[in-house]
Amino acid sequence: MEALHVAKANLTVYLHPSQTKDVNEAVTRELSSLLFKFSEIYDGVLLAHEIADVPSRHGKILSGLFPYVGVRLTANLLLFAPKPDTYLEGKVVKVGQESIHVVVLGFSAAIITVDDIRDEFRYKIKSGEEMFRSTSHKRHVIKVGTMIRFLVKSFDEEILHISGSLIPSSTGNIKWQSSLANSSRKRIEVLKDFSTGTIDGGAISNDYHVLKKSKKQRV
Amino acid sequence: MGVEPANYTKEEQYQQMEADDDIDRTDSEIVFHIRQALKSASSDENDDYNELVGLLHYNDRLSPEDVAMLVTSLKALSGAVSCIDTVLHGSLLDTIFNMSLWSYGPEVMDALIELIITLAASSGKYVDSCLDMLVCNFTPPKRFIEALKWPYGVAKKDHVLVRVHSALEYISGLVPLAPSRLLPIVLQRMPKVFNNLQEPVVVMFVENMFKLESSAIGELVGRRMLIMAVVDLLIDFDVEVGWDDILEENPQKGIFEMDLMVTTFEHLKYCKENGRLVEVFESLLQSFQITVLNAYKSKFAQFVIFYACSLDSEICGTRFAEFLADMYICCSFPPLTRMSAVAYLASFMSRGRFLSTPLVVNILGRLAKCCSDYCRLQSGNSDPKIHRVFYAGCQAIMYVLCFRMRSIIDIPNLKSQISGFPLSQIFTSHLEPLKVCLPSIVEEFLQQAKSANLLRKSGTPVFHDMLESELSKAFGGIERLDISIRPNFVYWSMVRKTYEDDEGSSDEDVDVFYPETNRAASRDEGIVESFEDDYLDEFNDTLNRMSITPKDSTLKSRFGRNSQTPMQMPSKLRPSMSPESSL
Repeated sequence: MEALHVAKANLTVYLHPSQTKDVNEAVTRELSSLLFKFSEIYDGVLLAHEIADVPSRHGKILSGLFPYVGVRLTANLLLFAPKPDTYLEGKVVKVGQESIHVVVLGFSAAIITVDDIRDEFRYKIKSGEEMFRSTSHKRHVIKVGTMIRFLVKSFDEEILHISGSLIPSSTGNIKWQSSLANSSRKRIEVLKDFSTGTIDGGAISNDYHVLKKSKKQRV
Repeated sequence: MGVEPANYTKEEQYQQMEADDDIDRTDSEIVFHIRQALKSASSDENDDYNELVGLLHYNDRLSPEDVAMLVTSLKALSGAVSCIDTVLHGSLLDTIFNMSLWSYGPEVMDALIELIITLAASSGKYVDSCLDMLVCNFTPPKRFIEALKWPYGVAKKDHVLVRVHSALEYISGLVPLAPSRLLPIVLQRMPKVFNNLQEPVVVMFVENMFKLESSAIGELVGRRMLIMAVVDLLIDFDVEVGWDDILEENPQKGIFEMDLMVTTFEHLKYCKENGRLVEVFESLLQSFQITVLNAYKSKFAQFVIFYACSLDSEICGTRFAEFLADMYICCSFPPLTRMSAVAYLASFMSRGRFLSTPLVVNILGRLAKCCSDYCRLQSGNSDPKIHRVFYAGCQAIMYVLCFRMRSIIDIPNLKSQISGFPLSQIFTSHLEPLKVCLPSIVEEFLQQAKSANLLRKSGTPVFHDMLESELSKAFGGIERLDISIRPNFVYWSMVRKTYEDDEGSSDEDVDVFYPETNRAASRDEGIVESFEDDYLDEFNDTLNRMSITPKDSTLKSRFGRNSQTPMQMPSKLRPSMSPESSL
């Protein structure tokens, strides 16, 4: 996913004097307090951290009522920073007539409202199950549990809420798309086999086109 | 933000609707209608919108038509949440978030819950408000409190709370970070002592916190913090309720806290049944260390942890005893904390019958070692102030042995173990603990130790029926014992002694450890007796539910006393007297 990236950060963590008994643990706790929160400094949501290096064993002590100790360190950070017009993947947790609710990476909620779902998809209830089904590809279905790819419209940094869109044709059920890609790759391979053979490749591809068209008409 | 409901009566609205409704409307048509109404909010012709807002205000004596109208509107709103704007439709949102589930029947409740869930999931902006709305529904509106006494009130409570909690869980399925935002909301909405709230409201809120704690999302919300918040609330009420309130002026206040305690105990029992007690116990332990341990004269709150220990003496009881011993032995805690810890430990080990004797001996050994190490390192005289931590330790050892001596020496290997403790060195050291600790304890201890042949070269200071000497006062002996478990657990009279009780008078001396029992009886006899019959019975009932000692009927039959001194029931609470005012 484009939204995930690793960053190397030089940080100074200020520890309360009472926390200096075990500096490593205190630093880890301090960094962990930033988890799953959007930070403007990192321009993303911290998902994981790892202390790479603590260059000096000496920390700077701040003057003041509480002599906080500044520990300098280098850390590797895994950040989640979805930007508008990038793609994200997530699991559908609820489908309604008005919206599709998705959870990304298990922690960030996303909603795709009906206005942001391309016309190809129609809301249906099939044997009690709510779903959006493509009118052009019957097997392209989005229901609870489906993994989908969608476009980011906006990102609420406070509660990590994403507003998404299924307008671009490259969005939708990931499994279906990959199976489509696989099958088209297979077809291309078949075509290659044919073209190396005696039969004229062009003719076959034309036939294929016709075949596909006729299938569509039947639908 | 008050919005005037549109100037139609309900009947007129129906008539209008019926006029419009020549044909049955489909769901999507109604959604469309609602969307139009929402859009109209920004224009001058916003009657439809105001009508909608006005409709949501109806909550009293709803006719079936009203209910149908409300359900339809709420459902349609769920379908149109994407059209709701925080600024344009502020009045609508305010109305929705102020709706109380308690005012409606199941159909409206379901529709409202659905709308709240949809709102929460539709945008990050609404999550907090939706959670807040659900937390507000933990307790009924004021006018409904009376009804809780009746079956229909109880049924309503079930209806509402089931929906509220399942909605919270459902929302966290859609918005995974929602539970993490729930804790501050719960803490903020939690009843405060000074709010002067009615009892059922506080108890019900606590019930809900426990429900949340044991739910699937409990871990995400923060189990530990929920438990700790409840204990803090107990402490707040505990400190607020004086003994005088309990006995004289304000019986309601005392009982009130009991209900809270019982709710807490029931939850602990529930946790035990579900195999979660050990996990919950860790939270209790932490909150004990942070708040209860140093709370000045906390009366009831500590029983929460004692009760948990009694439910699982093997793990929790041992853990608690070890925890207190560690605290006493560790030098990095402040002296007062260490003294409180050892005083709690002494009372706990003396009277918690569920603790095994080997464990008691083991802990005593650690205390004895700590004390003997201390007096080896210290020079100088017995200064009750400087060495107060040491004296508290000595007093604890003696106190526990007063209760447990017999059961220890009955087991040969434990007897040899305890003979190996450096008790003689401690008690005959230059710091002279026997002179500083409470005379009543020292006397009883020496008598028992003598007949058990425990102290070979014991000096025998003579005190003659003194409750406390100047020295023991100086180190705060009674004050330290005073904070610990008083009204419950084994009584002095129940202790199997190692010597023959010739006059049967030692009871009197030693019961002084719970200073309230004897002195209160003499001082407040009049009050207590008049008060006992009508009120204390009820009070005891509540307390006995949390008591971990045998029922008083068994006590009575085994240790019957004469009628002059009223039976000191394990659960009876008497006013405490500070050392200054005593004797």
